[in-house]
Amino acid sequence: MLDILSKIFNKDTVASKDIARERLRLVLVHDRASVSPEFLNALKEDLIKVIKEYLDIDEDALLVNLENEENSVALVANIPVRGFKRAVNA
Amino acid sequence: MKGKVIVITSGKGGVGKTTTTANIGSALAMMNKKVVLIDTDIGLRNLDVVMGLENRIVFDIVDVVNNNCKLKQALIKDKRFEGLYLLPAAQTKDKTAVTPHQMKNLTNELRGDFDFILVDCPAGIEQGFKNAIAGADDAIVVATPEVSSVRDADRIIGLLEAAGLNNPRLIINRLRSKMVKRGDMMDIGDIIEILSIDLLGVVPEDEAIVISTNKGEPAVTDSNSRAGAAYKRIARRITGENVPIESLDEGNFMERFRRMLKLAR
Repeated sequence: MLDILSKIFNKDTVASKDIARERLRLVLVHDRASVSPEFLNALKEDLIKVIKEYLDIDEDALLVNLENEENSVALVANIPVRGFKRAVNA
Repeated sequence: MKGKVIVITSGKGGVGKTTTTANIGSALAMMNKKVVLIDTDIGLRNLDVVMGLENRIVFDIVDVVNNNCKLKQALIKDKRFEGLYLLPAAQTKDKTAVTPHQMKNLTNELRGDFDFILVDCPAGIEQGFKNAIAGADDAIVVATPEVSSVRDADRIIGLLEAAGLNNPRLIINRLRSKMVKRGDMMDIGDIIEILSIDLLGVVPEDEAIVISTNKGEPAVTDSNSRAGAAYKRIARRITGENVPIESLDEGNFMERFRRMLKLAR
């Protein structure tokens, strides 16, 4: 009850600590990924391994990147497909 | 005796590594532990002045690793606390004057005579950092509730883990509970969640720290210092005692009530 009341009376705008937390969250996604330069490469190699099971892809043209948009971070992969594998068990 | 080597680090400068090292070391000595503090900030030594031992330096860490003196000759005995010693950094050399291998040998030699070997790490992630962590069994990361400090702490935690120091523990320093209450400072939960690391303790912002540093007397000797009390509890946790994390929200209810009345008027 008191909590609710205090919330009603405290009509603050966004607390600056919430801004701090959100900015930190975003910057750390990038920092953590760049701590090891091998990170994206390892991810890329594992992706290739999995996708190759299903598709014939151009491994050399494959691009994997972390992209920072307004308030989210996305893993963006551009994977050129040469062709589909014939389904064995279909 | 098989002493434990603990490095106190942060990445960012000015967050309280040296003050933390001095106070935890003094608190452990007050608990009758044998403690040696090592200042590895070669070229920018300060642990000596914070401890009030700056006038007693004859030899330093570079003299020891270069065999210009015996290790025991370079250790400064603190007269206030039985069992507390300081190995000062050199002031006129640079960080390359010591290698990680030499640091490892040095800390291993000290294990035989001390319960705790506390290594005060310089700011940064260069050779000084690599030297400081070389012989460590455990790491303490100090961070203040600011974006820059927490970011650097995250980087340091990554580097510590890469070096095999897998469970660093966090001290949140200079927390201002009033600012936390009005939402203008990240709280303990925010920081722990972001860094996903175990909390060793929380030290409130305290003017007594400035005064104690002015005098060269660690704040743990001042029974009125809230920061000093927090460091004493941290020292007990380091020895394995189960001391709950103090609530910095005492009077929260009353304060909120008062604020409500003020706003409703």
